[in-house]
Amino acid sequence: MTMPAATAGQLDPGPSANPFAGIDFPELERSLRRPRTLISVLLSGLVSTLTLVALIPLFYVVWMLAWRGGQKLSLSLFTQLPPAPLEEGGGFGNAVVGTLLIVGLAALVAVPFGVLCGVFLAEAPPESRLAQAVRFGAKILTGFPSILAGVFAYGTMVLLTGGFSAVAGAVGLAVLMLPTIVLTAEDSIRMVPAKMREAAIGMGATPTQRIWLVSLPTAFPGILTGIMLAVARAAGETAPLLFTALFSNFWPFSGLWPHLMQPTASLAVLIYNFSSMPFENQVELAWAAALVLVLLVLTTNLAGQSLSRRQVTDR
Amino acid sequence: MASTESATISRPPTPSQQGLDRAFRLLCEALGWLSVGLVAFIVVKITLTAVPAFRLHGLHFLIGTTWDPNKGEFGILPEIWGTLYTSTLSLILGSLFGVAAAIFLAEGFLGQFVFRILKLGGLELRPVWKYLPDRLEDLLKNLIELLAAIPSVVYGLWGIFVVIPLIRPACNWLHAKLGWVPFFSSALSGPGVLPAVIVLSIMILPTITAISRNALVAVPPKLKMAAYGMGATRWETILAVILPTASRGIFGAIILAFGRALGETMALAMLVGNSNRISLSLFSPANTLAALLANNFPEAGPKEVAILMYAALVLLAITLAVNILGSLILLRAGLQEGR
Repeated sequence: MTMPAATAGQLDPGPSANPFAGIDFPELERSLRRPRTLISVLLSGLVSTLTLVALIPLFYVVWMLAWRGGQKLSLSLFTQLPPAPLEEGGGFGNAVVGTLLIVGLAALVAVPFGVLCGVFLAEAPPESRLAQAVRFGAKILTGFPSILAGVFAYGTMVLLTGGFSAVAGAVGLAVLMLPTIVLTAEDSIRMVPAKMREAAIGMGATPTQRIWLVSLPTAFPGILTGIMLAVARAAGETAPLLFTALFSNFWPFSGLWPHLMQPTASLAVLIYNFSSMPFENQVELAWAAALVLVLLVLTTNLAGQSLSRRQVTDR
Repeated sequence: MASTESATISRPPTPSQQGLDRAFRLLCEALGWLSVGLVAFIVVKITLTAVPAFRLHGLHFLIGTTWDPNKGEFGILPEIWGTLYTSTLSLILGSLFGVAAAIFLAEGFLGQFVFRILKLGGLELRPVWKYLPDRLEDLLKNLIELLAAIPSVVYGLWGIFVVIPLIRPACNWLHAKLGWVPFFSSALSGPGVLPAVIVLSIMILPTITAISRNALVAVPPKLKMAAYGMGATRWETILAVILPTASRGIFGAIILAFGRALGETMALAMLVGNSNRISLSLFSPANTLAALLANNFPEAGPKEVAILMYAALVLLAITLAVNILGSLILLRAGLQEGR
């Protein structure tokens, strides 16, 4: 960079000298004819364009979902079973129920486990080796490919029980939900104002009383945010379900009793299976299912994010 | 003198409360051990299940190019190539857009643009209008993060029915005119490398943008002010001061995004074509490790399961190495990975 001001050092300090001699004023002018300004403006334009282009897919996907999925959307989709090839009509009621069932089962395991791990991390002394190991493990699981969670669930549950089942799918999803829940729970418990914790200690509360009566209630919005983000991610995952819960053309329960040990349909796997079929009806159902899935995931995600603003913190 | 009432409030914990306290703390610690054990168990489980295949095929598995269950011949070199090729290409595309969006967000381009427009109408200090620039900045940041919330199978569906028909004419024109260039050496008949790369780069963009933005925002303002004070233009400041200072964070973000791209399954299984070949061509079908697993696991017999577990182990090793590297870089840059 050539700085015009750098020439000022060579000025003659005499009283009659013009203090502005040697300064090239046109050089200082902010004009588009100067390469420095021109490059700056061009790069600003480039970066703005790239950002806008990056947002096109989001709107394009949402628009396609609304257009192609919205045409097909009706209440009967939620009450009917998937159609056979070349059959008209049909729906994906069992897949909606199956997704809720599998994600619910996964949350049943991952939420208590994850929140208590978060409590452990937040309460552990900074030099604790175990806490560092737990944090490292959670970081590894954050970047863990979802298909490998499915491979793990297959290796443990499917090979062990001898069949595809909702429980095996839930194990795969629970592995993926865990790190989000652990890390956000730790963060939100750490953000509980120190004066509230110290007040509880000053009143003679045991650590457990302090955690249950002060830390957890205060950190609740933040913890719930983590849970909802994890649930939203898990609901959209396909890879861990593909060869654990597999798919089914039937309802996942008889009467009120759910079939946990049988192949279970889910929205994500339905979209994957139907998208590669050469039948128009199935493809339309895939778009409608995608619309339902995205609405489910986005509402959970946005609700979770709006909750996080309610947390009481020091800052 | 303490009254009887306050004495009951500040009495020491009863033995049962102390017991409960000890039990709860033990439970939390046990769950901590369990979570570490879980991560170790996942790695060990996949490794152990792969052992029979490793004994049978050894390292030849990594360099073999045929996948023929009937002959019992298995090799995953095309899948390793496809995984690295698609991930690298999508990383180039995703980094370009992702870092640009991060600069756009971190430097407040949108807010300043809106502010200038408001100023034209003299609205920039009016009660409701003055919040508009900040609100729009937040909205833009959330929109880019929403890109990550859309399930990958939906991107796959969109890729099949929107991206492939959209780019096919241009691709086939390129193949017809410039077919001698290795990248364009085949026609795009349907699924292929390029549609997969486009969708994959959209999926990793939010990771790059979010972490890079954090790195850019963390640059001390005094550095920026010093550069402006010396008369540097906005882009001289960004290119010569802000980007070099934040470079380690941005590099970590790109490595982590690379890890995500390597392990991404559904969009690739739906778009890459599942064809066992090694080619530089952007338009020919290919295969990746994750897509191989997704396509073969549902119908695998016991013998094939061991072989697929071997492939899963290779994927695990690659992604673990890349992710740990990315985390270490970010740790040294003093940045959090976000959620």
